[in-house]
Amino acid sequence: MGKTLVEKIWDAHVVKRDEGYPDILYIDTHFIHEVTSPQAFDGLRKRGLPVFRPAQTIATADHNVPTLNQHLPIQETLSRYQVDMLTKNCAEFGVELYGLGHPFQGIVHVIGPELGITLPGATIVCGDSHTSTHGAFGAIAFGIGTSQVEQVLATQCLLQQPPKTMRITVDGMLGPGVSAKDIILYIIAKISAAGGTGYFIEYAGSTIRSLSMESRMTICNMSIEMGARGGLIAPDETTFEYIKGREFAPKGAGWDKALAQWNTLYSDSDAVFDAELTFDAADIEPMITYGTNPGMGIGISQFVPSTNSQELSERPSYQKALNYMGIEDDSALLGKEIDYVFIGSCTNSRMEDLRAVADFVKGRQKAPNVIAWIVPGSKQIEQQAIAEGLDQVFEAAGFQLREPGCSACLGMNEDKIPAGKYCVSTSNRNFEGRQGPNSRTFLASPLTAAAAAITGRITDVRSLLTENTYA
Amino acid sequence: MKKFTTLTTQVVPLPIENVDTDQIIPARFLKATTREGFGENLFCDWRYDASGSPRPDFVLNNPIYSGKALVAGKNFGCGSSREHAAWALQDYGFDVVISSFFADIFKGNALNNGLLPIQLSDGFVQRIFLAAETDPQAQVTVDLEAQTVTIETTKEYESFEINPYKKSCLINGYDDIDFILNQRAAVEQFEQQKAVV
Ligand code: SF4
Repeated sequence: MGKTLVEKIWDAHVVKRDEGYPDILYIDTHFIHEVTSPQAFDGLRKRGLPVFRPAQTIATADHNVPTLNQHLPIQETLSRYQVDMLTKNCAEFGVELYGLGHPFQGIVHVIGPELGITLPGATIVCGDSHTSTHGAFGAIAFGIGTSQVEQVLATQCLLQQPPKTMRITVDGMLGPGVSAKDIILYIIAKISAAGGTGYFIEYAGSTIRSLSMESRMTICNMSIEMGARGGLIAPDETTFEYIKGREFAPKGAGWDKALAQWNTLYSDSDAVFDAELTFDAADIEPMITYGTNPGMGIGISQFVPSTNSQELSERPSYQKALNYMGIEDDSALLGKEIDYVFIGSCTNSRMEDLRAVADFVKGRQKAPNVIAWIVPGSKQIEQQAIAEGLDQVFEAAGFQLREPGCSACLGMNEDKIPAGKYCVSTSNRNFEGRQGPNSRTFLASPLTAAAAAITGRITDVRSLLTENTYA
Repeated sequence: MKKFTTLTTQVVPLPIENVDTDQIIPARFLKATTREGFGENLFCDWRYDASGSPRPDFVLNNPIYSGKALVAGKNFGCGSSREHAAWALQDYGFDVVISSFFADIFKGNALNNGLLPIQLSDGFVQRIFLAAETDPQAQVTVDLEAQTVTIETTKEYESFEINPYKKSCLINGYDDIDFILNQRAAVEQFEQQKAVV
């Protein structure tokens, strides 16, 4: 019997497998950031251990950095302390840090791929659940907790049970105004926020194959939102093309050798998955969430499901979510007034997203009642956007282009959505209070978010697409 | 890590599904650099209103409920991978969380810190809720060695699954780092082979 891609990569990284024990899995690349690493370094100090393979760990500051005036000292005391602590720990333990002010700084899941550090066939971990993003390159990438960060720092290994595998196939052509974000929101809405628990998901099919690397990252990014341990896509020409020539990508003979190995990274035709699902791209319309978990999503033209259509045991939780959101069941979301638009996060803050938004808003004006933030995923993206003149386009349309970081995705810095306010957000989580205490989040694609900024209401972007706008 | 064998305790019922780690400990409290002190802000936004006063309708503010076992609805601990959620539950005083379903990362984090996540059938979890509703003093006994949870008032019990390796870690109070450090030679050999390929 053949092997799935996950099994191929996994098996190639098993240091030791013993009956009754989890596998000792070797980790090629470890990303760290300021929020989930201090206790891990502290643990090393208490045990008197060094970082075992410091060259395989890369650090950046992203979660609680300000997105204005990054050249000035961080105002907020605790954030500054945490970022300083990262700097100190990296210096003490010999770990490379792309901190504030560094040209490579950015959201950890944006910079890894952008710098050519994220590579096919690798095992990649980070103390952050959206590490699944890196799976877009055909890598096994997953989020870990701080004790495990300590474990990887100390040993470059993790104790792990091999995952179950699921394949999700999406075939067919996407309609106008429908993007990768809509695909993944659609899948999560179909299988629920827990539907992928315990699985590693391989995304396949003609629709997935036709996507750019940036779009593939958007899909893999949200694997965790259905409870999956990770998601990945077999590498192909699109992948290799993206990696080639990047800062830390293999070069020369190293590249040829790597490419030969990467070409073996696919699920064998007779491989068996523990679960298989298939979707038709033609069924997907621009998506939006209405509730407080990413599984509570609908096509933008649809109605919020009625409470009575939910399982009896789930009705109280369902009602609680709608109450929090201030939304009636059985109602339309279209036309609902909103207050904020946030375009950013490791889901949708790359050049492709910024270009799509710029194309769409060019010559348009945001609604006066809306505050619209665009937060690029990295310093390099910010610079590129400026080089392409996108900053001018955004400014003319009334959008604010800020400096890179996680920002309003989780509101650890100053970028918070005020209590009770509605935000159409391109991030990945609509949990209660995620964007600030009592903030209310509608997750959507960059285009849907941009359309809401223009009209001040939840809008079907398709009604605003003209022939020359990006679709 | 602290050792775990058996525990008899009252329960704190939280019959809500999909409790995500942003609710367990909101992101704005993640700025600490040690593992201690998170219990104060456990479930902060459910526990306190905007002015910081305790909300009387939230179970942690209800003096008739206390104990070392939190019992929650299904898909507990979904969302962010923050281990702070496990630390906060533990710091508050919980040794056990019972649910009919746990999110993966939370479960791993909890086990790595000696907080025992116990997955029971939905029916049995409902019976614990019922027992606690009927008598807030009702106790459950968690026996890790036997892998059972018993409702003391009715003597109903159910078994739970736990990875045998994790079980031995909890019972003996050792962790994954201790285990892998003992395998250093195998790790180095693996690295050498990988470099050759
Ligand atoms: S952008 Fe949001 S989801 Fe991504 S790493 Fe930052 S906080 Fe996490």
